[in-house]
Amino acid sequence: MRTNFLIGMVVALATVVPTAYAADTINAAGATFPAPIYQKWFQEYHSAHGDVQINYQSIGSGGGIRQLTEGTVDFGASDMPMNNEQIGKITKFKVLHFPTVLGGVVPTYNIEGVNAELKFSAEALAGIFIGKITKWNDAAITRDNPGVKLPNADITVVHRSDGSGTTFVWTDYLSKVSAEWKGKVGAGTAVNWPVGLGGKGNEGVSGQVKQTPNSVGYVELIYAVQNKMPYGFVKNASGAYVKATFDSVTAAAAGAAKDMPADFRVSITNASGKTAYPISSFTWLLIPDKIGDATKREAIKGFLKWMLAAGQNDAAGMSYAPLPKPIVAKELKQIADIK
Amino acid sequence: MATAAQSVPGRARTFLKNVRAGDEIAYLITFVFAASVVLITAILVFELWVKSGASIHKFGFNFLHTSTWDPVNDEFGALPFVYGTIITSILGLLLSVPLGVGAAIFLSELAPPKLSNALTFLVELLAAVPSVIFGLLAIFALVPLMRSFVQPWLISAFGWSPFFKGPPYGFGVLTASMVLAIMMFPYIISISREALIQVPREQREAALALGATRWEATWDAVVPFARLGIVGSVFLSLARALGETMAVTMVIGNDPKINASILAPGYTIASVIANEFTEATGDMHLSALIELGLVLFLITIILNGLGQLLLMLTTRQGTAR
Amino acid sequence: MLILWRKTVNGVMLTLTGICAFVTASALFLILGYLVWNGGKSLDWNFFTKLPLSPGELGGGMANAIIGSAKIVALAALIGVPVGFLSGVYIAEFSGKAMANVIRYTADLLNGVPSIVIGIFAWTLLVVPMHHFSAWAGGFALSLMVIPVTLRATEQFLGQVPLALREGALALGASKWRSVATVVIPAARTGIMTGIILGVARVSGETAPLLFTALNNQYWSKGFGEPTASLPVMIYTHAISPYEDWHRQAWAAGLVLLGLVLVANIAARMVLAKGAASQRG
Repeated sequence: MRTNFLIGMVVALATVVPTAYAADTINAAGATFPAPIYQKWFQEYHSAHGDVQINYQSIGSGGGIRQLTEGTVDFGASDMPMNNEQIGKITKFKVLHFPTVLGGVVPTYNIEGVNAELKFSAEALAGIFIGKITKWNDAAITRDNPGVKLPNADITVVHRSDGSGTTFVWTDYLSKVSAEWKGKVGAGTAVNWPVGLGGKGNEGVSGQVKQTPNSVGYVELIYAVQNKMPYGFVKNASGAYVKATFDSVTAAAAGAAKDMPADFRVSITNASGKTAYPISSFTWLLIPDKIGDATKREAIKGFLKWMLAAGQNDAAGMSYAPLPKPIVAKELKQIADIK
Repeated sequence: MATAAQSVPGRARTFLKNVRAGDEIAYLITFVFAASVVLITAILVFELWVKSGASIHKFGFNFLHTSTWDPVNDEFGALPFVYGTIITSILGLLLSVPLGVGAAIFLSELAPPKLSNALTFLVELLAAVPSVIFGLLAIFALVPLMRSFVQPWLISAFGWSPFFKGPPYGFGVLTASMVLAIMMFPYIISISREALIQVPREQREAALALGATRWEATWDAVVPFARLGIVGSVFLSLARALGETMAVTMVIGNDPKINASILAPGYTIASVIANEFTEATGDMHLSALIELGLVLFLITIILNGLGQLLLMLTTRQGTAR
Repeated sequence: MLILWRKTVNGVMLTLTGICAFVTASALFLILGYLVWNGGKSLDWNFFTKLPLSPGELGGGMANAIIGSAKIVALAALIGVPVGFLSGVYIAEFSGKAMANVIRYTADLLNGVPSIVIGIFAWTLLVVPMHHFSAWAGGFALSLMVIPVTLRATEQFLGQVPLALREGALALGASKWRSVATVVIPAARTGIMTGIILGVARVSGETAPLLFTALNNQYWSKGFGEPTASLPVMIYTHAISPYEDWHRQAWAAGLVLLGLVLVANIAARMVLAKGAASQRG
């Protein structure tokens, strides 16, 4: 009996002691698109401000929006700006969109024997994902890639199985370049995919493409880079083949910086400009304009200020592009709206 | 409750009252807890029903035979998931029942007791392995195996039929069924073995006395007696397989389509709920997912009920003289 | 000639069934072996003491998941075991036949609910009103899975207590509840304990109900009202990721989880076997 009691005490202490040190955690959830840099940011910020602990779960943009609506997280994150219907559903507060970084969604592939960087036209991408182009050596792909020996193998398409802002960016782009896609599938965080396997999160899609020969999927640039997976050039609106880089993604946002709406909700896919990468996007933090808990409010505001200044320096190193300066200035003003 | 002596009525009555009060309290306490079990289950069914209300209202019975799953346009149909759930479970059964019943026969009839007990112990431990661990092993061990060897071979041998078409993804309905088969073994084996053990010895001895070989005695005299129990175990395993979430989600490919080919990816009810529940932004989407949960629940109840019934009949038949 | 045919069939079928048995038994060894091989390589001191780090950074661990699982399972046991146990006592000792059937049927129903549906229920009942993912919700969900197992074990083993024992207690003048509490239950105690251990061990490996109740957490969770990391959910998220280091950790976590579950199972069964033997002898 005594030993049982002792064991019980040890277990109780073991569960209580570590948690006694736990600071007040701020819970956030949402997009997997920016998850790598968010996790880096939250960890960096926590090292500098030990009392602020932000627990970010990358469950997809759809998840971020849903959990913010249900009130189970303190703020959300999404690559798709909330539409009016979604905003209307939240009655307790107004949602403030804070763009954080710019990123690009790239077509990453795993083709046996092919290490070259492929060029994809808009028709090719739409055709592959709608299921019309089924083999890698289809004319639509080979004519853009002379000199590359593409195998006569079936294409395995990999898409997202969860509600994803990355999906929104990808399908938004396809809807703009392919009338057939727009009519048949449309754009959204979760669509009725004509073909393909589903992977959970950017992590899941990159995992699947990495393991499945002759497959192609769409992921945020950092996932292809971190996992050393090849990704292709995409033909932009001006007709040039562009790879997602710091410069090309920044170029895509150049136009938006001037005409940014007050609530920061904008889409920059298929942007004009010779050097612009056509599948670029802002990604947003969704912050309530009314936060009751004063400690949390100050912590979140402090984080946002840091993110817009020091945090932006981390972007380039992680294959994201930092926000254009005019936008940063506008956002700093919006922080004051958080009461 | 025997009445106390009437000798000292006042004292006896107080004594009785105390004693009975103790009993009453014990009765009450245990009753409350037991009633809470019934209450919580009732609330569960009620919540499921209420929360799927919006979806039931919009789609009605069409829900069960429509194939579209379109969150953008709020069109939801359960058919691909019901199909995926049923096909993976049935395929899993096809793979595990012969092996499982064969093993049960061996363990109950043919193996020496020590070996039988040791092996049964091991098999029953298999039932304790968590689903997510099966999934972990499936992703890293089974899927590459399927993709590199098994599926290409199946395609080359049977690719002419519609059931084995398609590129060897590695993931897909067949892989998920195999994982389910491994998870169903322990249930089929242990319940069938119990059913076989219950068959009266006289059956086997009578067959042997008539000159049957050991196998013939087992197959023709003992097994038919335990038939109901074995079928019952199949139903119970099926019910369990239908609700399996993690292991299946990790290897099925997550594609809500109905495909004749078992090498193609699919989607089960449990998997789509696990994947999409935290992210369903539309209320109709959430309601549709909960309705799927309700459908799964109903299917499981029916199968479990049938299985229990069959098992009850076996035990009665086995011990009836 | 017919005899030769029958003898051959006999031999073949017997061998086949033997193969079946060995194949299924060896499945366990294969699983264990694979896990030990891959997980053993990855287990290090960091795993048990460090918090998870962002992908790409080595040296992280799952300390919070281990404690988190312990908290959630302890909660599940604390809620589920008393409810299941006392309900089992009710059915076995105090209730009439009709009531017993109703409760037994309900418990079987609850047992058959798919674990993902239990997760949905706990979400609607606790997460939404509380506006928080929490260990409470996770523990509650798992407790719903502990109740039927405990109830059945209690009822079964109480029923096995010989009538002589009960009548002896009553003959000595004990009231009903006294005889149950001091004689019958202790007599059945080994079996009931085994059932409870098996049930709790089973839920400690459950993932689906925790997916939208306890969610997950990179840090330590304060108290029980916050999202809490757990071993099974960590295994899941890490296994489907593309990061090699996370795969490694998933193996290690799998080994730890399976080890705990198997140890509990084996210990429970041995206790049961010993208890039964001592009762007979």
